[in-house]
This record gives sequence, C-alpha cells and structure tokens, in this order.
Amino acid sequence: MNVSSISRTLALLLATCGGAAAQEHALHAAVPSAGPAMSEGKTFTESGGAALTARVCAACHQAGGEGAVGAAAYPALRHNQKLASAGYPVTLMLYGLRGMPPLGRMMSDTQVADVVNYVRTHFDNPYGDAVAPGDVKAARP
Amino acid sequence: MAEASGFSRRKLISLVGAAAGSAAAYQVMTSLGFAEESPYRGPIRLDGDPKGASVLVLGAGLAGMTAALELHRAGYRVQILEYNTRAGGRNWSLRGGDTYTELGGATQRCDFDAGLYLNPGPWRIPYHHHGVLDYCRRLGVALEPFIQLNHNAFVHSTAGFGGTPQRIRTVKTDFDGATAELLAKATRKGALDAEVSKEDQEILIEALRSLGGLDKDLAYRAGPESSEFRGYAHDPGGGLSARPVDGEPMALHDILTSRLWRGLQNFLLYEFQTTMFQPVGGMGGIGEAFARALPPNTIRYGAKVTTIAQDGHGVTATYQDLANGGAVRQAQADWCVCALPLTVLSQIPTQVGPKMKAAIDAVPYASSVKIGLQFKRRFWEEDEHIFGGISYTDLPIRQISYPSTGYNAGGKGVLLGAYTWNGPNSYEFTALSPAERVRRAVAYGSQIHPQYRTEFETGIAVAWHRVPFTLGCAGDWTDAARAEHYDNLCAIDGRIMLAGEHASYIPAWQEGAILSALDTVTRLHKRVLAA
Repeated sequence: MNVSSISRTLALLLATCGGAAAQEHALHAAVPSAGPAMSEGKTFTESGGAALTARVCAACHQAGGEGAVGAAAYPALRHNQKLASAGYPVTLMLYGLRGMPPLGRMMSDTQVADVVNYVRTHFDNPYGDAVAPGDVKAARP
Repeated sequence: MAEASGFSRRKLISLVGAAAGSAAAYQVMTSLGFAEESPYRGPIRLDGDPKGASVLVLGAGLAGMTAALELHRAGYRVQILEYNTRAGGRNWSLRGGDTYTELGGATQRCDFDAGLYLNPGPWRIPYHHHGVLDYCRRLGVALEPFIQLNHNAFVHSTAGFGGTPQRIRTVKTDFDGATAELLAKATRKGALDAEVSKEDQEILIEALRSLGGLDKDLAYRAGPESSEFRGYAHDPGGGLSARPVDGEPMALHDILTSRLWRGLQNFLLYEFQTTMFQPVGGMGGIGEAFARALPPNTIRYGAKVTTIAQDGHGVTATYQDLANGGAVRQAQADWCVCALPLTVLSQIPTQVGPKMKAAIDAVPYASSVKIGLQFKRRFWEEDEHIFGGISYTDLPIRQISYPSTGYNAGGKGVLLGAYTWNGPNSYEFTALSPAERVRRAVAYGSQIHPQYRTEFETGIAVAWHRVPFTLGCAGDWTDAARAEHYDNLCAIDGRIMLAGEHASYIPAWQEGAILSALDTVTRLHKRVLAA
C-alpha cells in the first residue's frame, strides 16, 4: 500500500466513520439505518477537509479525485497543477466555473479553507501552503 | 357561447378597440377568455423557400428535435449529432431491462417489472405549457393526469407532531380554518375598520365563514362545518354504524411550529396547479415520438462533438464516432442550431464571439437526484388510501411521489422515493454509490411508510451531476447573470445559434426547451430568406 492509497483509505474512513459520526444530528441520528447523517438546511454540516471532499467534491470529481469523462469532463483533482496557487481553488469554490456551481456559498469560511487545504495536500498534490478562513472571507463576493 | 344578446364577443372587442385603443381591447379579451398568457401561439409557420439551405443541429433533446422537425418541414436539409445512443436527452424514462452507466463507471440495471418506470428528468406537464401539449397532440403522445395535489398524501417533519406524518387535508384545512377564524374575529372587533368598508367587512366575514369551515359563531372547531372540509374522525356510513364523528382540529400553534405549512406551497404555485399531465408509459415517450417524426437517419447517434467552427459560408462540427473507436469525423452545414447543455458546450472549443462565449460560460447547472423504488404491493393505496400525489418531508429525500397511473388494481408499483433539487443533500446523495443512494432512500422513506421495510424490492438512482450527457440537471440562472448574459446567449452569432431550456425563461422545463427552439428557428428562417 503506497502513501497515496493509505491517505485515500484514511480519507474514506474519516468520511464514513469518524467525521460523519461527529456530524450526527440528533434527529437523523435517531434513524441509524439511514446513516451516516446528511446535512440539514441549506448549508453543509460536514466538518474537516476529508469529510467535505468525500461527500461534496466527490459528487463530480469522484472519490479518488480522478475526475470523469462523458460528453464533457470533470477535471481530475489528482495531480492537478492548477492547484499550485491556492487562490485558484478558493475562487472556484466561491464563484464556480462554467457549469460548476459556487459550492463554497453553502459552506463556512473554515469549511472552504478545509476543502482547499485538503485537496492541495492529497490526491498526489504537494502544495503545503495552507489558506486560512480569513483568506476565504476576503475572497467572498 | 360566442353570442350574447345577439351581439358577438368579437364584435364587442372590435368596438372597444376602435373606441378605446388596443390596450382596452386586450383587457376585454382577457376577461372574455380569448387572450392567452402563454407565448406559444400554435404551430409555427416558416413560409418561404429556404432554397436547399442546410442546418446542423447539435443534440437530440427536445430543443434540438423541435428545431430539426420544424426546419425539415420548412424545406431545410437537417442533420442531428447526438452523444447518446437514443433520442430525447433529459426527456427519458428508465424501464425494466434498461441499463444506465453514470460518470465514474457505476452501472445500474433497472429491474422494474413490465410497465413500471422512473422518469429521471421531467415528469409532469403543466396545463399552461402549450408547446409541449401541442407537440404531444401532433405526435400522438397519449397523456393522462399527473396528480400533484392529493389531499390524502402527507406532509412530514422530523420535528413536528413527533415525526408522525400528517395528512395534507387536515394540515391545509386546519391552517385555513384557524386563520379564517382569526381574520373574521379581528374584522368583527373592528381591527380592519381603517382598511375595509363596513359593507365589505360583512362580505369578508361571510366569505371566511364559507371558505374556512367556520360555524355560526365564526369558530373553527370540531363540528359539522369543519368536518365537511377536514373529513371525520369516523366517516359517515350505512346502517347502525352510520353516524359520523367529527374530528378535533390541530392547534394552530402546532401547525405553525411544525413548519408543515411549508409543504403546502407546492400545490399553490402556478407551475404546479391542476391540471398537470404525464405521458402514458413514461415521459420518454415524447422524445421517442419526436425521433419517429423525423426523416430516417436524421440523427447520428454516438457522436461526441469536439469542436465547432464557422466561416462566412457555413459551420463545421468535428466529432468522435463513439461506435467506431472514436474515429474523428466532421459534419458541415450552412447553419448550426446548437442545443447542447452549457455544461458540455462550455468545454467545446466553439468559434463564436466573446459575448456569446461569456454567456455560454456564465451558467452553473443545478444538482438533482431522483430515486425510483419498486415495491411488492401498492401499500400506499391499499393501506393508506393515497392514489397519486406527493408527500413532502424535511428528510433528505424531500418527496415521495405515488404513481399517477394503474390505481386500485393491486400488484406492484414504483414510487419516486427521493427528489432533491440543489442544496447540500443533493450533492451528498450524488457522492454516494447508486446502491447506497437507494439504501438510504428506503431507510429515510420508512419513517413515513413503515411498509418500506418489508415491501421494497429494487431501486434505481439517477444523480444528474453524474449523467454523462449533461453533467448537471439544468441551467441555474441568477437574475444578475441573466441581466448580463441572457440576450447574448440567445443572439445569432454568425451562423451559430443556441436552443435549450437554458435559453429560456422557463429553465428546467421542457416548455422552455421547445419555446427556445421555435424562437431561434424563426429568427434563423427570417435571416435565410433575407439573404
């Protein structure tokens, strides 16, 4: 098992066990068969980059960050040199790009920063200069 | 009814028009029922000879096929390139035996019994979507009523009434009755004296009593008046057990704090008012009928468009022939009607000006998930007396829709077990595997219908952001984006023009796709005749 597959497994574990359990809302937690819990209301309730990436970004960019190709494509998050500049994913999260919706508007500044920092340090991306919630706040519309 | 006192309505209108101008005439027309609010005015007429002009249509959804059909009838040479191996696009039904592979590679086989289906995309047609209805009529697509409002379906909140689903009938009647009582009593106390004349107050009170189920004391409470609206604790019957028993209305406080009233909006909005329709056998029947109406071989399937170029003489689309190893081919025509979703078109190098390109890039696509669940028996009819309609819930599945067909005949049935639209849950469902989506839909739905646990057989889940031919559900315009880009999106750029629900003010509805196609081919035809 190489480093990336370990981190991928870890991310998956965090997303489906620890991270999600921490998010269990009292109401939906009362229904264990439907779990792990899903967000309530109009904003995401997951916390931490691993959980948010696995349960939001993966919808299009896939669980392994490999992207997907059909009539058009979802770019891979994996080994993506456009992530070298942290401002780029922050902007995508807050403003969207072409068909991509501005998902960061359903997240807090901390959640957006967590997603950006997670994606830039996983999926074979080596970009360790983290963004802070304040950076996200400053970039919002 | 055209004649009244020997004086025709048309004559009256023309007299009013002559005397008071066309605005007054329009007002009279509206009140007499001649004028329509819909922009659809019946089949378009593209008169005049296009002299053999050719049009390349991209995308065989309803917009593309509407454009192709009308242009063909007007004498154009028409060809369509389509990514899928079927026509219809988002107009689509999944039936038993179908397989569906989503982005990421997960393949589902639909194991529904014969005659049962899921409409992953559009599933209902408002009575005022005249374009869709007219094409259904002309193409021989049989319709049946789609039940949007069923008073006996549920509204459900995990927090309100201890999580017990409540009948729409009682929530709606009790809310209306309680508010009618409040308003009637406030009126009687003189609280409205400043706003409403004494004469009107008396009429208002009479109206509230009549419509709200109030008794002679203007009270909404258990009794024959309220029971005629909300139903009975024990329904009237025959013989010795015939006497009805009135039910006790819910307290207004409980309705308000449960937030169950939120679900009622779905029955009041213009786009959901009765009568709604669905094609018999699945919405996909419309796309199939369009494809049959086109000349043979008009549609080239399995064609993935990769570039769109134009010059002063025509348009060239380059595409991969997916059935032949992705062989690169080209299609050419004098003009191009591009009905590809903007998610797709925005990634295709397209030779248009900066304004149209900016518009193509300006529209994010909504997220939506639909899950169809087959059950061994129609327990919602047999146990709960719910025949069609929709239950609304604050659970992540949001809705459960009961089939608007095959009533009261026993046997199996397919429910729409989840329908999300934007919001966190839609993305969270999309990120799950199809099997996990179905599993959760069953788990959540069993909070409303416990029979799920024993009666569920098989399900299929379509998450629109993972649909390979659209990468999203529908254009999700903001007012600001519309103000800046909409007109540029709809303008003809050289020899290229767009069509689709995204190029309409009825986004995500088939009517928008059809009206945009009719508008764009009408403008194209004018330009061709003028050339």
